[in-house]
Amino acid sequence: MRSRTVVLSILFAALAIVIALVSLSVGTTKLPLADVIEVLLGGGRRGTRLVVLELRLPRVATGLLVGIAFAVSGALLQTLSRNPLASPDIVGVNSGASAGAVAVIVLAGSGGGNISGVAAKVGIPLAAVLGGLVATAVVGALSIQRGVVHAGKVVLIGVGIAAAANSLVAWLLVIGDVNDAGRAAAWLAGSLNARAWSDAVPVLIAVVLLLPVAMMFNRDLSALVLGDDVASSLGVRVARIRLALLVIAAVLAALATAGAGPIAFVALVAPQVAQRLTRMERPPLLTTAMLGALFVVLADLLARNGLQWAQVGPYELPVGVVTAACGAPYLLHLIGRQQKGR
Amino acid sequence: MSSAVPSAPPTARPAVRRTSQLLVLAAVLVLAFTASLAFGSRWLGPGALWHALTANNGSDPDVIVRSLRFPRTVVAALIGLCLGIAGTLMQGHTRNALAEPGIFGVSSGAAFAVVLGLQVGLVESVSSTVWVALIGALVATFAVQQLASRGTGATPVGLALTGAAVAALLGAFTSAIVLLDADTLDSYRFWAVGSVAGRGLDVAGQVLPFAVVGLVLAAVNARDLDMLALGDDVAAGLGLSVRRARLVGLGAIGLLTAAGVAACGPIGFLGLLSGHVARRMFGARNTWLIPAAGVIGATALVLADLVGRLVGGAGEVQAGVVLGVVGAPLFVLVVRRRAVAL
Repeated sequence: MRSRTVVLSILFAALAIVIALVSLSVGTTKLPLADVIEVLLGGGRRGTRLVVLELRLPRVATGLLVGIAFAVSGALLQTLSRNPLASPDIVGVNSGASAGAVAVIVLAGSGGGNISGVAAKVGIPLAAVLGGLVATAVVGALSIQRGVVHAGKVVLIGVGIAAAANSLVAWLLVIGDVNDAGRAAAWLAGSLNARAWSDAVPVLIAVVLLLPVAMMFNRDLSALVLGDDVASSLGVRVARIRLALLVIAAVLAALATAGAGPIAFVALVAPQVAQRLTRMERPPLLTTAMLGALFVVLADLLARNGLQWAQVGPYELPVGVVTAACGAPYLLHLIGRQQKGR
Repeated sequence: MSSAVPSAPPTARPAVRRTSQLLVLAAVLVLAFTASLAFGSRWLGPGALWHALTANNGSDPDVIVRSLRFPRTVVAALIGLCLGIAGTLMQGHTRNALAEPGIFGVSSGAAFAVVLGLQVGLVESVSSTVWVALIGALVATFAVQQLASRGTGATPVGLALTGAAVAALLGAFTSAIVLLDADTLDSYRFWAVGSVAGRGLDVAGQVLPFAVVGLVLAAVNARDLDMLALGDDVAAGLGLSVRRARLVGLGAIGLLTAAGVAACGPIGFLGLLSGHVARRMFGARNTWLIPAAGVIGATALVLADLVGRLVGGAGEVQAGVVLGVVGAPLFVLVVRRRAVAL
């Protein structure tokens, strides 16, 4: 790994931790940063411990983890399809997961917007994971050509499956009660509101298991950028590698969506920004992961407190609104700079 | 995409074959149109249809055909034509097989404008939605074009990425508004699903000027697009004003999509579907491709509306949903058969 990549990874990780600490200290009860750190080290008063460990830490941890998961998923998909637009948002994973979750919210909904018990705790995340995986399995199976997952077809077929899933979601929103539809819309915007440890743990397991596995493919990823023919002449088993990467990307994105909804733009932007900043030929995985985590916790901090700070009112926005509002202009800026450089 | 252009010099025979193919497509459209008048919650035979169209005496079948089925079928055919051509033009200009109004930011611009209009009370009925959506779509198209052409001008990848960025940004603002206001959500969800139900000839009349100008620009642009397919430098060397050709294309895309979204909501898939089916039948020559895609789009939307009426039972399944679910397998089939060069 080049030193620029390492330095940037460490920088983003450090910034993510700082923002996470700030996020733990602000809110309706403001806590001094020292108290937050004391609690994290195992000390502190009971009340402070409750606020930090039970209310705020699950949310912040979920944010960090889904940031990593979405970003790495996007990096893998963009590399294996050689298309900067190929993020899980676009190739059907998030849409499939959304269709699953919204189906549970609308169909199991009482009409009051509140889904209680098993359906909410287990049903929504499970349906999201299943929906995401089914969508990916369909995309993967249909993209196989002579035993190889065809790079161009993953994206094209993914768009098709995503469109089908999105129209299902729109239909579910129409047939549902307005309160259930509202809850579904909040989920669809990507939100970290009221996350518990049960939301964070599945994403944690996915990240801990799959990030190292993805890192093991680093050499193959670099070869895939050069094209299938060059890659296979370098000894890369293109067919297997691409299938493996597709599965890893799908599991990461589906679990992240189950944890926090389809947070927009993280998977699309983080890899692109990391790639440009490190000046590599493809998105570097570790830098992308750290940037994704930073992006989501920072966005959530703003989503939670931004409207209060701006004296607009006591509203919280879903984190996905902020990731898009911040991510889109930055991407536009990068595109503009790239075009000027030509 | 451009590979078919030099390999097939124009001779009489392909032109005859293509003309007959186009005539077959037109015949299918007429059949679909007639079927849309005949089928529904109540079947009307040829005699009843003829009576309704030629001599209106106010009987039930006459009213059903003249005031319910005929207007929505006309709207479906017109909007299908617009969206099919808009998608195909986009695919040509961006040299990206993924290009679609949804990805280009145009639909999102219209959706955001409609939600904003609902929120501030500017929009109350479908007919007042038209103007607001139209303005939103045109502003979004213009913004995407301007943002993408900073520096050296709009490159295909730059356009596609800019479109994705603007779409995500506007989508975020839309969901922020919808989440803060349940009434807006309730109106928005019915519009956002994409439907021709209840759209009368007045709606068609309102968007017709935009559709006509868009179609003229598309016709003008078709030949230029063939040259652009050879690459901007080659096209410029052949004496084409690349900048003007791109502007004309974007104007056509904006007007046609705006007309479609304004009249029927953001109907997805139609541009992708029509473009790829037409490309498979007619090859890469835009002078054939664009009219063919228009006819295919019109047929697809008329049929989707009809199917939605037939399978819905008491309620209706909206055309946007039908297109998403039924269109996906067809789309996948086209993508899989085509020797994809993305």
